[in-house]
Amino acid sequence: MDSRSSDTITGPRSEDVLPTTATSAVKVVIVGGFGVGKTTMVGSVSEIRPLTTEETMTQAGVGVDDNSGVESKTATTVAMDFGRISISDQLVLYLFGTPGQERFWFLWNGLFEGALGAVVLVDTRRLEVSFDVIGRLEERGVPFVVAVNTFPDAPSHPVEALRTALDLPDEVPMVDCDARLRASSRDVLLTLMRYLHSLALPA
Amino acid sequence: MTPPRRERRLPGADVGDPERLYVITGGPDGAKRASLDLVTMIVAREAPSPTVPPEQAAILRLCGAPLSVAELSAYLSLPFSVVTALLTDLLTLDLVESRAPVARASLPDRSLLEAVMHGLQKL
Ligand SMILES: Nc1nc2c(ncn2[C@@H]2O[C@H](COP(=O)(O)OP(=O)(O)OP(=O)(O)O)[C@@H](O)[C@H]2O)c(=O)[nH]1
Ligand SMILES: [Mg+2]
Repeated sequence: MDSRSSDTITGPRSEDVLPTTATSAVKVVIVGGFGVGKTTMVGSVSEIRPLTTEETMTQAGVGVDDNSGVESKTATTVAMDFGRISISDQLVLYLFGTPGQERFWFLWNGLFEGALGAVVLVDTRRLEVSFDVIGRLEERGVPFVVAVNTFPDAPSHPVEALRTALDLPDEVPMVDCDARLRASSRDVLLTLMRYLHSLALPA
Repeated sequence: MTPPRRERRLPGADVGDPERLYVITGGPDGAKRASLDLVTMIVAREAPSPTVPPEQAAILRLCGAPLSVAELSAYLSLPFSVVTALLTDLLTLDLVESRAPVARASLPDRSLLEAVMHGLQKL
């Protein structure tokens, strides 16, 4: 571990300090292919300047059981952007924007397990980059909505064609969004919450 | 133009990640870890005394008001697993308290989601 003197550590800005009543937190994960707007979405709805957390993972060498007996390991640091929205004095919502290499997402312990749900951002110019993550969310039973980011030069497919292409069940909501706009990103999160609400057991 | 089409993954296709990636635990093998989530909220119970090591003292100073483990990791510029190791010590010594997140699995009713919707509508 680096030894760093504690006076170089800067904590939250005074306006970012949570009230002492903040007792519970929930999280939502924003996933999607490279450059699809994940960081932009976290930044547009977060009340704090987005922060970065990281995890160190090791990758065991492929030929581990060869004669050398030496396990070659390379450490990889995976960084993730996140933001925060205070829902009430007690409840805080955290949004995590996953990093580019998707094989890391599901190895980050607890990232998806505890999440209320996920937003899958898709870029219609490169739909296929979202196929793998959608499959993995389905396998793990993580509920998600699909937000179609509207890039100016993107082909505009009818929603039904996109649904077919992504092989999404009818009940999974799909919405258009502009991740740069707070209101648009907020509406995506509201769509996710309404969907989760429809899945939740009646009280 | 028709978009490309996703093919359903075969059940069990994901078993055994060929990359064999895993998280460095940061502590001695078999060391007990508190189960902390990225959004477990941490609050200090006491101000740091001079006997508390510097990293832990920094956590105690940051957690005068509630802060998530993810935010601690960001402000300390330390990996998540290293922060959880430091927090395990602080929890054992009762110097901080942790507030577990509300997870999907433990959602008994819709009131939490309604609270989140209400909060988002105010944005
Ligand atoms: N037109 C348009 N541009 C967007 C939108 N969202 C993001 N962008 C732009 O797309 C670029 C990439 O956005 P990022 O938010 O960095 O994407 P990312 O998913 O975090 O990218 P990686 O972390 O590299 O995978 C930036 O230049 C954004 O300004 C959108 O909704 N509409
Ligand atoms: Mg990004």
